[in-house]
Amino acid sequence: MSALLDSLLDDAPVATGPDWLVKAQRAARVNLRESGLPDTRVEAWKYTNLRPLSQRVLQRGDADAMSREVDAALLTLPGVEHSRIVFVNGALRRDRSCFPQAGALSVVSLASVLADDAESVKPPLLREYVEPESAFAQLNTALSGNGIVIRVAANSKVEEPLHLVFVGAVAQHDLAWSARVIVELGAAASLQLVEHHVGTDHSHLGNVVSQFALADESLLDLIQIQNGAQASTLIRRTEARIASNAVLNLHTLELGGQLVRHDLAVNLDGNGARLTSRGVFVLHGRQHVDSHLDIRHRARDTTCDVLWRGVVDERARGVFHGAITIEQGADGSDAMLSNKNLLLSAQAEVDTQPVLVIHADEVKAAHGATVGQLDDHALFYMRSRGIAESDARALLTMAFCRAALDSIDNPALLDALTTMLIERLPVTQP
Amino acid sequence: MLKIENLHASVAGKEILKGLSLTVNAGEVHAVMGPNGAGKSTLGNVLAGREGYEITAGTVSYEGKDLLDLDPEERAAAGMFLAFQYPVEIPGVNNTYFLRTALNAQRKRRGEEELDSVQFLKRVREKLAVLHLKDELLHRAVNEGFSGGEKKRNEIFQMAVLEPKLAVLDETDSGLDIDAMKLVADGVNAMRDPSRAVIVITHYQRLLDYIVPDFVHVLADGRIVESGDKSLAHKLEEHGYAWIAERKLAGAA
Repeated sequence: MSALLDSLLDDAPVATGPDWLVKAQRAARVNLRESGLPDTRVEAWKYTNLRPLSQRVLQRGDADAMSREVDAALLTLPGVEHSRIVFVNGALRRDRSCFPQAGALSVVSLASVLADDAESVKPPLLREYVEPESAFAQLNTALSGNGIVIRVAANSKVEEPLHLVFVGAVAQHDLAWSARVIVELGAAASLQLVEHHVGTDHSHLGNVVSQFALADESLLDLIQIQNGAQASTLIRRTEARIASNAVLNLHTLELGGQLVRHDLAVNLDGNGARLTSRGVFVLHGRQHVDSHLDIRHRARDTTCDVLWRGVVDERARGVFHGAITIEQGADGSDAMLSNKNLLLSAQAEVDTQPVLVIHADEVKAAHGATVGQLDDHALFYMRSRGIAESDARALLTMAFCRAALDSIDNPALLDALTTMLIERLPVTQP
Repeated sequence: MLKIENLHASVAGKEILKGLSLTVNAGEVHAVMGPNGAGKSTLGNVLAGREGYEITAGTVSYEGKDLLDLDPEERAAAGMFLAFQYPVEIPGVNNTYFLRTALNAQRKRRGEEELDSVQFLKRVREKLAVLHLKDELLHRAVNEGFSGGEKKRNEIFQMAVLEPKLAVLDETDSGLDIDAMKLVADGVNAMRDPSRAVIVITHYQRLLDYIVPDFVHVLADGRIVESGDKSLAHKLEEHGYAWIAERKLAGAA
């Protein structure tokens, strides 16, 4: 076993909860001790070497999480000012949160749900992760007691977006925190949820597993903004099960972190289920950001529409794996995946891998990936109109990214994200 | 205003312009005509500063400055404008935003006040009316999904808004029907004034019925081989470019 797992699993306390949860935790620990962290021979981790991480010794959780100072400016985001749930180093901070008023939207800590109604979260918590590639999801099961359960009642449209913030805060030691997010939308319910990762000056390992269940005809608008601390490691797994005619609109913005891995696993379970996934990663320095998509069409007439853009500068590395499987019986499915990348420096690297597996009939499927530089013709055209070269580059790079963000259904938030992006775009820096 | 002397330019080692000379004064409209492959587009690109052209000999002075020494954006700010033969689509960049950014970048470089959005839109409305362009084009991305004619009209619209001193129209008539050509000509004629000059690069005489030039030059094999008034364009139309070659041969003999 690795130094990292030793430091996190040895003497780890057992969760206070129902027997089945304790059993699942124990099983996950046994599994992890046996198989360890995946190395680059595991296909899903081919481009992301975990060896340096596995040699780190980290403190398990943050005993002082409840008293950490958090800059209020980190928590505010235009367009999502009403309800806010704040986690600091993995712990729910009620003092910094603003829970929504009781109504169709219910937001309850995982601990409370486990105490009062544990059976209701049994299916997501007992989701088994046995594949070597999902070691971090197992680790999340093995350690997690922290989390939040978000539910929207059937036939309810939640008007105000919900802001879910994970803050990585400075501590005496580098630490590993984990959290579990469970979101359930009833039939024909709708919600806009903004998952937001922020932090400064630390090199913690954050581990978040988010599980979404969308009942028939429901609509989830999920915006993930990863703007974590520069030196941090952040591993996230986003799972969604989408029932008949339900829709997941997903926007993912990867800006921060040193070593970042995001697994997006979406099952289109019901007839007519639909996923729209838009993503942007903008990387510089020595950032390594790996986005791993696994989309499964499991019912008739399901649709996925995936468009991701990457901008990679300096010595950074972006990895994009976009796998779509159209399972037997998922006839009439429509799958579209596109990943375009801009390399802004000779040392930058992008590894992009679209994968399409089809076991059904009468499907429409297209995928493509490109890696390139800014269009010289467009650059010259803009310069010939008087726009300075550096500004033309910035404008083109921004336009390249905006293609994946324009569909965000929240104008104030879109403006804020655009500003955030402009600050991050390497070409705009003097 | 513009003085090109003995200009030699090559692309990828192949010489395209072979000693081209041309002088354009303020207030004049010059037509440069010639067969395919004569170097017409190279002339436009070299004047606008596109990369990939090697200038092996000759000079280009513009208002007393060495034009070849300036970046494309500096040339634009100094009043140069090239209407592209193939306007570029720029997805994600709004047409109006693009034009305002360009205009203000030029003004800033010239030390002039930048226009605020009210002033800018006022200017845009005035120019749109002349070109009978749909408002809707303003809200779309630059040239994206525009028809061939719309792209060419958008070039002329940009020219109208940017108000250059020297405009070079590179085969702006190609692919235009007669109505679109008249609109383009209206746009150019509206800009004619004693302080501005226009170079119309074209393959056909047709556009010159609407933009009547003061001078017509024939460009063949990288050189101006014949210059005259507008009647030269009609002779070319009548006899074809072969006629020039024959005349040259006859002259040589």
